[in-house]
Amino acid sequence: MAQAVKVQSTAAQPASQARRRKGSPWTGLWAVVAKEMADHLSSVRMQILEVLILLTAVGTVYAVMQGVRQTVGQDPFIFLRLFTTAREPLPAFVGFLSFLVPLIAISMAFDAVNGEFNRRTMSRVLAQPIYRDALLMGKFLAGFFTLALVLTAIWLLVMGMGLLGLGLPPSGEEVARSLIFLVATIFYGGIWLALGLVFSVIFRQPATAALGALAVWLFFTIFWSMLASLLARVISPVTYGTAQELLRQIEVEQALSRISPNTLYVEATLGILNPAIRSFGILLPSQLEGAIIGAPLPLSQSLMLMWPQLTGLIAATILLFALAYVLFQRQEIRA
Amino acid sequence: MSVVTASSRTPPANTQGEAVIETSQLTKRYGKFTAVDNLNLTVHRGEVFGLLGPNGAGKTTTILMLLGLTEPTSGSVRVLGFDPTREPLEVKARVGYLPDAIGFYDELTARENLAYIARLNGLPHAEAAKRIPAAIERMGLGEVIDHPVATFSRGMRQRLGVAELLLKQPEIIIMDEPTLGLDPEAAHDFLKMILQLKQEGITILLSSHLLHQVQQVCDRVGLFSNGRMMISGTVAELAQRVLKGGYRITVQASGPVDAIRRALLALPGVQKVEQTQPETFVIHGAHDLRADAASAVVNAGGRLYGLDVEAPSLDEIYSVYFKEATNGAGS
Repeated sequence: MAQAVKVQSTAAQPASQARRRKGSPWTGLWAVVAKEMADHLSSVRMQILEVLILLTAVGTVYAVMQGVRQTVGQDPFIFLRLFTTAREPLPAFVGFLSFLVPLIAISMAFDAVNGEFNRRTMSRVLAQPIYRDALLMGKFLAGFFTLALVLTAIWLLVMGMGLLGLGLPPSGEEVARSLIFLVATIFYGGIWLALGLVFSVIFRQPATAALGALAVWLFFTIFWSMLASLLARVISPVTYGTAQELLRQIEVEQALSRISPNTLYVEATLGILNPAIRSFGILLPSQLEGAIIGAPLPLSQSLMLMWPQLTGLIAATILLFALAYVLFQRQEIRA
Repeated sequence: MSVVTASSRTPPANTQGEAVIETSQLTKRYGKFTAVDNLNLTVHRGEVFGLLGPNGAGKTTTILMLLGLTEPTSGSVRVLGFDPTREPLEVKARVGYLPDAIGFYDELTARENLAYIARLNGLPHAEAAKRIPAAIERMGLGEVIDHPVATFSRGMRQRLGVAELLLKQPEIIIMDEPTLGLDPEAAHDFLKMILQLKQEGITILLSSHLLHQVQQVCDRVGLFSNGRMMISGTVAELAQRVLKGGYRITVQASGPVDAIRRALLALPGVQKVEQTQPETFVIHGAHDLRADAASAVVNAGGRLYGLDVEAPSLDEIYSVYFKEATNGAGS
């Protein structure tokens, strides 16, 4: 028996050396993207969420415009206020987005892979001349494009409402800042899309996958900030009450809280949509020397400020997708 | 029964045909469990080959390896000259696969489902627009072409699955348990359809545990058990090897009973003669002995009233073979 196993392993070696696939892994990618996008855009699930996001956009922007009409003349970044200003009882539109975008993304992805198994279409689709890569990538891209499409439409709607309501065109810088905000929002959705995809590969039951993804989302939106401050107290305790110690603790807490994509997204949007913001941490008086409080930063400086957050969002999306990819490649096709 | 005559009329595929599927020492292990064990399988162009065996014998795993959907642990596979592990796209472009549990996108129509498959195969749009209705029409689903698949019965889905195969115009079709879950009439139609595909020159590999159905269409079969292919060949060959023939000829004759009995026993190829009724003899023989038996009865001075033959059944071969195999292992 032992001998047989030995023979086995030596026989397997040349096979692994010769294991180079022929043909492009992207064959059929666009067919998958087109089909999945059509599914997303026509599904009731998506339509409900689209209506929801549309209502919040119209509601918040309308409320903001009621408030800022008087100051239209003085504020050079009035269009950005449409996204960021909260008017009681409504939160700001970015607040709604940080809540709704993960929901949309997860709802598109949680049954992407396990749904194919449950409908027993997986083996049929993979028996066509395509690689698995194309199927998973196609599903991700379809979700991503759908997200981009919906968010861009909402962005245009908000800008259009601003034009009509405020009666003046946005400046070039406002357009640029809000476009960067749009990109950050799309990648923020990308993270949850990729996370939903990971869960849809791991769990055979779509309900389990959806709950798992939602649990992660809730954890990061609600519990992680509390945990981060608790952990910071453990990691960097304040024993003597010196300024250094306090500062260190706050820095640790901030670093920990940035593990959450929500924190990254909120910081990124604040940094780009609010030109007056100079730092996400505490500013020491020494750092403020010579600065005019409340004076806006130029676009390039704001971009530099939120650059780590933006790349963090993009990197997390890519990492999670890579995880889903590896898990999917290793999965056996027979259910 | 017309199916049986159809299959017996077409000559069995000879072994001279070009080999389109070839595996050698093909092995697949999942951890310690060996799903497929040193399989050597050859399927020739134009034949219908049946992989037979109980559930869990390794048939589906073999099929998945042929399509490159799962990687062999060791051994080699050639399908139409391509290695499914390294060149899966070449293989999958030429081989149609009908899985055992076939599923479609329920919310899409029959036409839309096939359109997706056509796009995945890179068929030009105009070509697909021609082939899709033709394939669906041919499988008798023309009236429901624009109905959502959610409304389809199991038999209709199965036929839509075949329409998908026709769309690809494959050289080889691999079917996993194609008649499972079909009512007898649908299964009968399905077997007829398999023979039609064979007439068109398509090589067909099918797996099943419904032996009597497979016997009607397969040129050659391989018996699978615990990941091994125990024996393979035409049904007649297997009958010869396992049952030493397996033909049962019933002779009704009157006259000198003992003389008739002796004459029948003396025929070449006769293994046993039973006298079930005073004037009824049952001959167990290696081949169809009807003509010999008739002349033997007449020569022995008897009068022949009836002559009937029962060909060996795959069920019988299967049960006898595995009984012998387990007995052999026990002793």
